[in-house]
Order: sequence, then structure tokens, then C-alpha cells
Amino acid sequence: MTHSAAVAVGAASLTVRAQGDTVVLCFAGRLDVSAAAALWQDTLRAASTAADLRLDLHAVEACDTAGATLLLEAERAFGGTARIDGAEARVAAVLALVRPASVVPARAPRAAVHLPDALRAVGRGVADGVAFMGEVAVALARAPARLRMLRRVDVLRAADEAGVRAIPLVLLLGVLIGLILAFQSLVPMRRFGADIYVANLVALGVVRELGPLLTAMVLAGRSGSAFAAEIGTMKVNQELDALATMGVDAMTMLVLPRLLAATVMMPVLTVLMDFAGLLGMTLVLTGFGVPPVVVLHQVASALVPLDFTGGLFKACVFGVAVAAIGCRAGLATGVGPRAVGQAATSAVVGGIVATIMLDGVLAVLYNRLGW
Amino acid sequence: MTPIIAAAGLRQAFGSRVIFSEVSFTVQPGEVFVILGGSGCGKSVLMRQIIGLLPPVAGTVQVLGQDMYAAATDIRTRIGVMFQAGALFGSMTLLENVMLPLELLSDLPYAARVALARVKLGLVGLAESAEKMPSEISGGMAKRAAIARAMALDPPLLLLDEPSAGLDPITSAGLDRLILDLRDELGITFVVVTHELASILAIADRCLMLDAAAAGVIASGDPRSLAAESTHPTVRAFFHREATARPSRTIGI
Repeated sequence: MTHSAAVAVGAASLTVRAQGDTVVLCFAGRLDVSAAAALWQDTLRAASTAADLRLDLHAVEACDTAGATLLLEAERAFGGTARIDGAEARVAAVLALVRPASVVPARAPRAAVHLPDALRAVGRGVADGVAFMGEVAVALARAPARLRMLRRVDVLRAADEAGVRAIPLVLLLGVLIGLILAFQSLVPMRRFGADIYVANLVALGVVRELGPLLTAMVLAGRSGSAFAAEIGTMKVNQELDALATMGVDAMTMLVLPRLLAATVMMPVLTVLMDFAGLLGMTLVLTGFGVPPVVVLHQVASALVPLDFTGGLFKACVFGVAVAAIGCRAGLATGVGPRAVGQAATSAVVGGIVATIMLDGVLAVLYNRLGW
Repeated sequence: MTPIIAAAGLRQAFGSRVIFSEVSFTVQPGEVFVILGGSGCGKSVLMRQIIGLLPPVAGTVQVLGQDMYAAATDIRTRIGVMFQAGALFGSMTLLENVMLPLELLSDLPYAARVALARVKLGLVGLAESAEKMPSEISGGMAKRAAIARAMALDPPLLLLDEPSAGLDPITSAGLDRLILDLRDELGITFVVVTHELASILAIADRCLMLDAAAAGVIASGDPRSLAAESTHPTVRAFFHREATARPSRTIGI
């Protein structure tokens, strides 16, 4: 008994015939990518239900690797060896070429990630970070003997990029933060007639906390990522290997200039951020009828020199952390086109996380010291 | 027989610097056609003109019977190109690289795309490396993967830019063998840009030799005949690895 069904597309067609237990797939025309796309589902469905499979290729005019893949996948869906009839020499040659190439290699089982392994990796990362800081300290100690490698032009260029070019952004953010903080505080404090104490609140908040913190965020976003990308690109281009073969210490030539520049420029940027924040606050309070001279008096009475110096010390610590993390991410850059991007991302994320953690540590320390 | 490529009167210049002019040739179906010449003679420029990336200053290029630079031509989807460094997408595995043209330019279902991409990688001997990233493989493997991607849609024409550059002789010979196998078994026509002498003599049915000094074609035909019979000094120097006149150098004291 014979049943048949036909599918035709473009220059190719498939007729499925059932002859007893045998399913016969009769192909005709050109078996190319278009034909394979159109006939794929019907071919595999018919083949998978067959007890015995025969591929009739008498009417096939041409067959490329897509067509051959279709025929071999039909055989795979059938689960055994199909009988192939009527393949002309050219079609048989393509089938012979594709058959060994279509064997799917056994995939090695993927190792599962266990929690202890993940924790170990985190621990290793922290240990590497500590080791890196140790290497930085050694490089710093040896720097006087290697002053030729610590080029002034590199330090100045890093200071220009990390510091001078960040000034407009720092001023803008500072003014906006001062405006927002003052406005948000002013509305509830007015109810209690405490408008004037907004100056105390914002001044303390900006100078002790937000100034250094936001400046560190700016440094991490602008310069931490740039340090990682620069050094990472140098690593990918084997420039670090070239330095090593010249006997030049990458720590001294690449890391120290950036570290010095960030450490020096962070307090400068923080001072600018503080003053911009106070300016923004003054604008809001003036707008609500508080004279600028009263605001100035309130700020002077609220702040003591230790607030400024404490904030600037924080800024130095944050600068070291952000620059070191950026440089470390660059030196740890892997291979491939995504590696530099990943290094830059880890520099920004690491810089921000480290800044906030250090801020917490310093807050506790200041509290203990009674600052 | 209708040629696969018909180039007539091609000229390229950048500003006042003429790279080449009056370059005309045809490529017949099923042949391996090599464009050769010394460094800076315009081989890769000519290839970019053929594949539609650099409109010629003058002349025409017809590929598979269509003008390469005519509006609304879809001819670029019917040719495969392997660039010098492979140009594999670094964020994708080799399998995904080969699947990409199938996904973008065919209606094949996912399972069919995977199966076909595996076949292509198998044909170039990279079945075991299908899940690797381009950064994890050697230069020779990257070139083979790029060939697999170029032939994803079974194009009748493959253009290869410096397939042997930077490869060791054994890997290079393997690539030459692959080109001949694909030509013989699948009938693919190849245009190969190279200056690797061993590769040229191994694979080329015909060749076209460009020269920077002449700013155009200085020889064409069977490379073995050119090597044996040409009297052109540059052609002889190229095929017999002879140094041309040494550039003069002045040392001032």
C-alpha cells in the first residue's frame, strides 16, 4: 500500500511515500539553502517516524552542502542508515564530503561551579589585590633608584587627564548636589523654622562625606576605566612584554605615575567639589530669602578645620584605591577583543565598591578618634 | 561560458597617486584565480573593488553577471569573503560566527543552522573547536574558521585575502589543500590575493600580476608558465626570488 504527500518550494520539492514499513523521501530539483530551509521540518518529521528509510535522489539536479546536510540530518532523525538511491556522481561526491564533517563531536562535560570554588575565587581576588598593593609599595620604595623610569611627562599627562580635565564635571556635579541637598532639606526644615540650619547640614554633609565620595566616583568613572583601558590595550598589543624585555619595570613606568597623579589630584578636585556644593546651597538659600552673608556665617560656625582635612585625607585614600584598582585591572587584562572592555568595567565597579567600603572604615576610624 | 567575474578598465587613485589603471580580467567558474604582486602594488585595493567595498575611479566590475556597484544589487549576499586577519566576531564562538550569515540571510530553522554550521566547520577541520572563542585559537585556525563562515551560504564564489600570510609552511600548505578540495568537490570559484610564491604555484589556475612601479598589470596567465618563460624583469624577480636593484643610500657625515 502506498501513501504520498508532497511539498514543493521554488526549484525543489519533496514527496513522501509510504511503502509498507518503508518511508521513501523523493527529492527533486536543486537542494540548496532555500530548499533546505523550506523542506527541513517536513523531511525530519517524516524521517523520524520511519521504520525503514529510503532517500530517492533520482530527480535531484544539484546539491550543495546545505542540501547534503538536510539529507544527512534526515538519516540522523531516522536513527540508522538510510538507503540512498539515484544520486548522480556530483551529488554523491558532495554527500561523501559532508558526511564525515557532519559528525557532531562529543562535548566535554562542563564543570559545575561550586560555592566553595566561587568563595575561593573571591578570596584569591582579594589576595591578588593585597599582593598588588605590596608590589606598588616595593616599586615606590625603589622609585628613587629608578627615577629615569618614573617619567615626569607621564605623571603630568596622567594628572592632566585625571585631574584638570575633570574640573568642569566636578564643578557641575558639585553645584547640582548642593542645589538638590539644600532644596530637599529646606522644605521640611522650614516647617520647624529651622531654615538657617540647612547651611550647617549641607556644609557638613558635603565637606566631610559627599565631596570626597562623589569626587572618587567621578575619578573611578573617568580615570579608573581609562587607566585600565590604556594599560589593558598595551598588554593586548604586547607593549608590556616589550617593556619587560627592555628591563623596564611596568609598575614604575605605568602604575606609579597614575597613582601619584590620582593621589595628588583627588584632594584638589575634592576642594573644588566642596566649594561648588556650598555655592549651589547658597544659591538655593538666597532664593528663599536668606542673605549670603548669613549663610557664610552659618557655614563658618558649623565647620572646623578638621572637617576639611578629614575630607581631604579621605580623598587621598580614595584616589590611591581607584587608581590602583584601575591599573591592576589593566595589568590583569586577558586576551581577545572583549578583554579591554571587561578590564575597564571591573576598574569602575571595583573602584566604586572599594571607595564606599573605605568610606565606611574611615567613618568608624574618625568616630574612634573623635574627629 | 559566462565569467563569474568580469572586470574592465579598473582604475584606482588616492588623490594624485595612481594605484593602478586599465586593469581588466575575467574569472571563469571553477577556477582558482590569484591576484599577486609585491607589497603596495594594490592587490588588496583591487580585491576591495571586486567585493564592492571600494568603488573604482573608473571601470566596471561584474560579479555573477551583475554590476557590483549598481543600485539595489543583492550580489554581496552571494559571495563569500575571507579577510586577511579572519575578521571573526570576537564575542561569538566559532559556531555562532558561522551561524550568523545563516541566521541573517536564510530561513533555516535553528536546528538546521546549527547542523549546517557544524558541517562547515567540519569541512575546514574545526569540528572539535566549534565552541571555542576566536581568542582561543591560532591564526591558522582563525583563517579556516573565516573560510567556514565565508562559505556558510554555499556561495559560488569565495574571495580570500592573503590566506597564507603569517602562517607556517605546513599550515599554509594545509590551507592550499583545503582550497583545492573545496574547488574540486563543491565547484567553488576562488579569487585569492597573495604574494606567497609556494601557494601561488600550488593552487593557481591563472594569475594576474600587479606592479606598483607600472601602476597596473604587468603579467597574466598560468603562473608556472610565467615563472618559466616570462622575460619581464619584475615577473622573473618575483618568481625566482631575486632582489631588484637596491635603493641607493646616502650617508652624510
